[in-house]
Amino acid sequence: MSSARDGERIFIKGNEAVAHGALAAGCRCYFGYPITPQNDIPELLSSLIPAAGGQFVQAESEVAAANMLLGAASCGVRAFTSSSSPGISLMQEAISYMAGSQLPGVIVNMVRGGPGLGDIGPSQGDYFQAVKGGGHGDYRLFVLAPATCQEAYDFMIEAFHLAFKYRNPVMVLGDAILGQMKEPVTTWTPAAGDPLYHDDTEGAEWRLEGKGERPARLLKSLYLEEGALATHNRMLVAKHESMEQDARAEEFLCDDAELIVAAFGSIGRIVKSTVRNLRAKGHKVGLFRPITLFPFPTKQIDALAAQGKRFLTIEHNTGQMVDDVRLAVRHHADSAFFGCMPGDLPSPEDFVEPILNVLEGK
Amino acid sequence: MAEVLEKEAFVLPENIVDRGSHYCPGCHHGIAHRLVAECLSELGLVDETICVSSIGCSVFIYNYIDMDTIEAPHGRAPAVVTGVKRARPDKFVFSYQGDGDLASIGLAESVHCANRGEKVSIVFVNNTVYGMTGGQMAPTTMIGQKTTTCPGGRCEDREGSPMKMAELMASLGGTAFSARVATNNMKNIVSAKRAIMKAFRCQTEGHGFGFVELLSACPTNWRMTPVAANERVEKEMIPYFPLGTYKDFE
Repeated sequence: MSSARDGERIFIKGNEAVAHGALAAGCRCYFGYPITPQNDIPELLSSLIPAAGGQFVQAESEVAAANMLLGAASCGVRAFTSSSSPGISLMQEAISYMAGSQLPGVIVNMVRGGPGLGDIGPSQGDYFQAVKGGGHGDYRLFVLAPATCQEAYDFMIEAFHLAFKYRNPVMVLGDAILGQMKEPVTTWTPAAGDPLYHDDTEGAEWRLEGKGERPARLLKSLYLEEGALATHNRMLVAKHESMEQDARAEEFLCDDAELIVAAFGSIGRIVKSTVRNLRAKGHKVGLFRPITLFPFPTKQIDALAAQGKRFLTIEHNTGQMVDDVRLAVRHHADSAFFGCMPGDLPSPEDFVEPILNVLEGK
Repeated sequence: MAEVLEKEAFVLPENIVDRGSHYCPGCHHGIAHRLVAECLSELGLVDETICVSSIGCSVFIYNYIDMDTIEAPHGRAPAVVTGVKRARPDKFVFSYQGDGDLASIGLAESVHCANRGEKVSIVFVNNTVYGMTGGQMAPTTMIGQKTTTCPGGRCEDREGSPMKMAELMASLGGTAFSARVATNNMKNIVSAKRAIMKAFRCQTEGHGFGFVELLSACPTNWRMTPVAANERVEKEMIPYFPLGTYKDFE
């Protein structure tokens, strides 16, 4: 990475980090609709994006916001939307179309408790929706799960890069904890030469801009001719599989661990404290924190499983990522599961007993 | 005299793709496509146009007019148009939508796009029925008109009355131009072209949101001959959906 990541250090909320990160990534359009707990994002961008020469639109609904994103993305312009669980459900139609039409947009989901109206407290209940498609049809999003305000900032820059790299929608999956907590963030902007730097030629080979002298371009997801959709979907599958090269996870004290806890996002960060505390008492536990939820860091966790590690998955839901952990380690191991209920705010102490129970084989 | 006889009577606009039509005999989409293509061409917009095609029979407009195009989900074209225009305010951006698309599932997107005064154009083809899905009731279906989902005829007490979109759009603060025309005879087609030209100029001259509704025929789903369908536009549709300009920037 050639960009110096040593800009101004500012004290901001996770939601604000998302907004600042998007601007640093060169985002020019934001479309959104208010919903708790992510309102700081549109509130901040309503002044920052126009000041940066971009466009801010408060849409009439999440449905419209996501479709505005689809429109802007078709022009090869960096654009994003943000929402929280019920709003993300409304956006699924456009997200499916974007995947089908191969459009690079970024969607931020600061997850709250569900199903239905649920509550506005934190949850990881949208894991399935994020990584298994969410909308209709057979597609995947690239999904990044930040655990700190710094990662919320950094991952927005990365999300735009990945969206254009794969011509695919990218979701940044946070939660109410991340959105509402405040901590220092070091700002930075990718400079020329940085792999994450973008310039005006981005998307030039496919974007809509008026045909000029070249043949007209068509961005679509409709394939009616015999065999055409099969060909298109095979190409999409190959693309999803190629995303594997960008899969990654944080491994914390895994080398000599007997039990590895798999946890992502805010819960991954809380579990990290639990692991640290248990290590201080001599317990051989470690943390495996998937950073990309799709593609899932299968090879990385499978390598640990091959060493004979045992696993416990902890999530802020009733059991979703645990399915992917089990699939990833299935040739060597299984994973126990502990879930805390949506809306509760767990502390590191809450995970001590569940971890020790599995470690000691209770 | 010989020179007059050899004069070309039919010339395709430069941006019309010379191919067979997939539309049913007597359908007015072909007329509407041609009018849109002529207007784009005559205004010199072909090279800088981004079209948003919608759902239904008309989704394939991109097969007939040579221009950069994006497909929108059902009803969402006014939101997609908004995103395109905000991303590329220097381009000419329009959507082409049917009645189910614009007046039913996409009503919120249509109204809010107009109300925001987005500097875009919408061409709205109203044939009072859902064409591609096989003739179901539309928000614009006439009272008494039989469709596959109101087989006894649309009843005002049960299904409400046909929506008058040109008037509704004209009532919104952000709309700069709104008109209703018809494509059932030569005289009306000439007026229709004039209205589309004006809706497009509304955008190119910076006045704002431009809307034009085209009363059109769907002989297949009306179970009529093309000639009878044209007569129906004149005798049944125009009296309820009056032709005219409801808002003008000039």
